Amino acid sequence: MLKILKYSFYDLMRSRWSYVYFMFYLLLGFVLLFLNNDVDKAVITLMNIIIVLTPLIGTIFGVMYYYNSKEFTELLLAQPINRSKIFMGQYLGISISLTLSLVLGLGIPFVLYGLFQSAAIFNFSLLLVVGAFLNFIFVALSYNIALSTENKIKGFGYAILMWLFLAVIYDGIFLIFLVLFNSYPLDKFSLAATMFNPIDLSRILILLKLDISALLGYTGAVFKQFFGTNFGLFIALGLLTIWIILPVLRMNLKVKKKDF
Amino acid sequence: MIEFKNLHKRFGKLVVLDGLNLEIKKGGIFAILGPNGSGKTTLIKCLLGMVIPNKGDIIFEKKTVLRQWAYRNNLNYLPQIANFPPNLSVMELIEMVKNLRPKTSNSEELIELFGLKTSLDKKLGNLSGGTKQKVNIVLAFMFDSDLIVLDEPTNGLDPIALIHLKEIIQKEKSKGKTILITTHIMSFVEEVADEIVFLLDGKIYFKGTVDALKKQMNNENLEHAIANLIAKQYA
Repeated sequence: MLKILKYSFYDLMRSRWSYVYFMFYLLLGFVLLFLNNDVDKAVITLMNIIIVLTPLIGTIFGVMYYYNSKEFTELLLAQPINRSKIFMGQYLGISISLTLSLVLGLGIPFVLYGLFQSAAIFNFSLLLVVGAFLNFIFVALSYNIALSTENKIKGFGYAILMWLFLAVIYDGIFLIFLVLFNSYPLDKFSLAATMFNPIDLSRILILLKLDISALLGYTGAVFKQFFGTNFGLFIALGLLTIWIILPVLRMNLKVKKKDF
Repeated sequence: MIEFKNLHKRFGKLVVLDGLNLEIKKGGIFAILGPNGSGKTTLIKCLLGMVIPNKGDIIFEKKTVLRQWAYRNNLNYLPQIANFPPNLSVMELIEMVKNLRPKTSNSEELIELFGLKTSLDKKLGNLSGGTKQKVNIVLAFMFDSDLIVLDEPTNGLDPIALIHLKEIIQKEKSKGKTILITTHIMSFVEEVADEIVFLLDGKIYFKGTVDALKKQMNNENLEHAIANLIAKQYA
């Protein structure tokens, strides 16, 4: 598996898109720091971007890599290697290279700006950790979609729909519920609903750590009580881990039965 | 050496293999023929473990291949479409495949033979279709395995490469290897194949030597004999 991982990783590290992605984050980091002139504020702006963008890029890269390397995967399948190792290797290769682009692209400007002297280092690391989680989650989800969809265009469509649903539509439905049922106590409901969406989960997790939760009102207080503590932090990270494990398990099951 | 036992495979409603039985003995060149969509590639992919049959069993060297992977170390495969990661160079790809198989290889010799020396550092994405096929052939022949499976090996090859390919096939045969080939080029079959396996509607329709087939169809031209065989089914 490590060998496959290594080659997938090299392959991606050399592709133009990895550099574009890396350069984008690099530029973003510098521009944000230049405009805000404050690490803390830059982290908040960055959160809004990371939370939407990493899932999108993870989804697109996952689907694209699967369909583009289809024939090569077939070559690998004819080698004496266990099937699930091939796909796990590819999956980890994509996720790790994307995470590297993220960490290096944002890390470099922030470190140059003096991140290590700033109090924001914990928040910034949390941001990167969440970004990494989102990468692993969305690559896994998109790999699942690609494995189950023979048609490239359909696969792409489903993957983008999945992203759109989790990043935008889910929140919309969530809001409609909050408005419709606003005469009922909704804190438990909203807490639970957050957990079923990795993007929301990440957003809440970062928001609460950034000490701007006062803006969130009463429900925010419930959230703060829950996620603001270390216990809540671990629960949230645990949930994000489950969000990785479940799609990966399903991927392995699917791979065992699939015809190539 | 290989035994397909009552093999069934369906893709949705489409029945591709329908209770296929076939035994292939060790040594020699076997051409798997059949009209488009007769299940040639599916049969090969079942053997390779890429397609999982609905029913039946495949025995390779006295062991079942279903849900196994280690047996593939004694098997070389040339896929129909050569498409590699575009960002790797030829050398890296060859090194990678070597790295994946715990076996000695004679890649240098083959690289020399197919004139790939100058292309070794080129990215695979920049190669022409024929050159890719040559790389594909090097990958398929560089290991010393008892079974070699070639799916449309002549695709896109220039005449010199084709001559080299035939030479290699003959050389491997003389070492006592078993070689399975699928192709639509009958002159190629006539030249290299010892035995023909003719697939139709997911079953073995004919198995025997080229001469036996010609005799049975009463036709001296293999191309026409095969065409007759197919036409019979259409009628």
